[in-house]
Amino acid sequence: MSSSKREKDSKHTFEQSLKRLEQIVEELEQGEVPLDDALKMYEEGIELSKACVEKLTQAELRLKKLSKDMEGSFHLIEEDEEPKTEE
Amino acid sequence: MNDQLSLLSDNVEKPERKVLTVTELTKRIKQTLETGFSSVTIEGEISNFKFHSSGHMYFALKDSGATISAVIWRSRVPFLSFTPEDGMKVVATGRITVYEIRGNYQIDITSMRPVGAGELQLAFEKLKRKLAAEGLFDEEHKKPLPEFPEQIGIVTSETGAALQDMLHILRRRFPAVEVILYPVRVQGARAGEEIARAINDFNKFGKIDVMIVGRGGGSLEDLWAFNEEVVARAIYKSKIPIISAVGHEIDFTIADFVSDLRAPTPSAAAELVVRDRFALLDIVRNNWYHISENVQNVVSYRKERIRNLLKSYSFNRPIDLLRQYNQRVDELERSMTAVVSHRFSMLNGQSESLRHQLIALDPHMVLRRGYTIVRKDGRVVGSCTSLKSSDEIEITFHDGKLSSKVS
Repeated sequence: MSSSKREKDSKHTFEQSLKRLEQIVEELEQGEVPLDDALKMYEEGIELSKACVEKLTQAELRLKKLSKDMEGSFHLIEEDEEPKTEE
Repeated sequence: MNDQLSLLSDNVEKPERKVLTVTELTKRIKQTLETGFSSVTIEGEISNFKFHSSGHMYFALKDSGATISAVIWRSRVPFLSFTPEDGMKVVATGRITVYEIRGNYQIDITSMRPVGAGELQLAFEKLKRKLAAEGLFDEEHKKPLPEFPEQIGIVTSETGAALQDMLHILRRRFPAVEVILYPVRVQGARAGEEIARAINDFNKFGKIDVMIVGRGGGSLEDLWAFNEEVVARAIYKSKIPIISAVGHEIDFTIADFVSDLRAPTPSAAAELVVRDRFALLDIVRNNWYHISENVQNVVSYRKERIRNLLKSYSFNRPIDLLRQYNQRVDELERSMTAVVSHRFSMLNGQSESLRHQLIALDPHMVLRRGYTIVRKDGRVVGSCTSLKSSDEIEITFHDGKLSSKVS
């Protein structure tokens, strides 16, 4: 899907990180993992968990508006202000 | 009746008839009609409907006995809660105007609504049957929603409460997303078209994982845009999964049937589109717990094995061997030392006898026994024949030298 095109450069998406975490658990639980591999998985697991938790706890919703110019190309306009609530 | 009669009698009484121009007559008619019918409400069926490119709407209203031309000027179009269609029964309010050049009169409509919910309901059922027959609602056409969307497109009114409700829930549940809003009108005659265009544009834009299309609650007329065919077709055509979120739980629209998932309300759509981050945190923690548990098991299992190995006969056997080797090396070393020292003493003995031989050969030892060495010009003189009288010679004794002359 389209998400794979973006934000791929350095960081994994949340989905990829979570899937990898689950995969590691599965591999470890299938038994007989060489010690070296287990330690590598441990380190990777730390990194992935950290990334996931950060994403879940620190990220802020970004709001943008899609606009189309006269040539028909699209632009995203940042909506930096918290929009006022009508309550 | 009375007016007409009095008019007639006036005419009879007045011998001189005033001749009117067409323009004058038309002006009088216009005056009479426009003042007499400055505000009327009529019921009729729409026919020959034309939405002109200028933005005005032209059509006729008719019933079984008569027809009247109708116009809705562009400025009034946004206030319509639905898109008029041929055959629709409506109640329209407006005034009668006369178009002098053509000698036409028409009703200039300022507001119009479909007759009763029944009529809209009928249109709804008709379209629903038609689209169902075409397969627009088929389950196999429905696209799965992404589990963790990163970009969420929203097609709704920028000022509506629905947008704020959705943003509020997204912020609470899973704020690690980018929300891209495509603002549209969600009611009125143009709303359907705008919503359809927004869906198409999002597909051209491409960079979203899922789309929510909807608005907050309202009357059936208010929600009508989501029952329009153009919206249904746009949803069906979309390559991006769509969640419909129109009105309240009890409101069902055509958009709901075509979309990949129907959310009962906009808030519910926001709940459905992302997973709850606190539940996800638990999943992450749980996974991490399993990883550390398992790795610790791997490590402690290895430790245990090493411990057992250290205790085992097979592991200790090499040490035994090593000890044996050590012993052997010690022995070898000892015997080697013995060999070497023997060899040394042998060498020592040999050198002693050599020394004795050397000592025996030492010329000084001979001199000690009373011999001398005679040298002439530094060379040893071996025979008396090599000397003549008055040769200078050097005689070496064991304890010194002296010079003399042969006599």
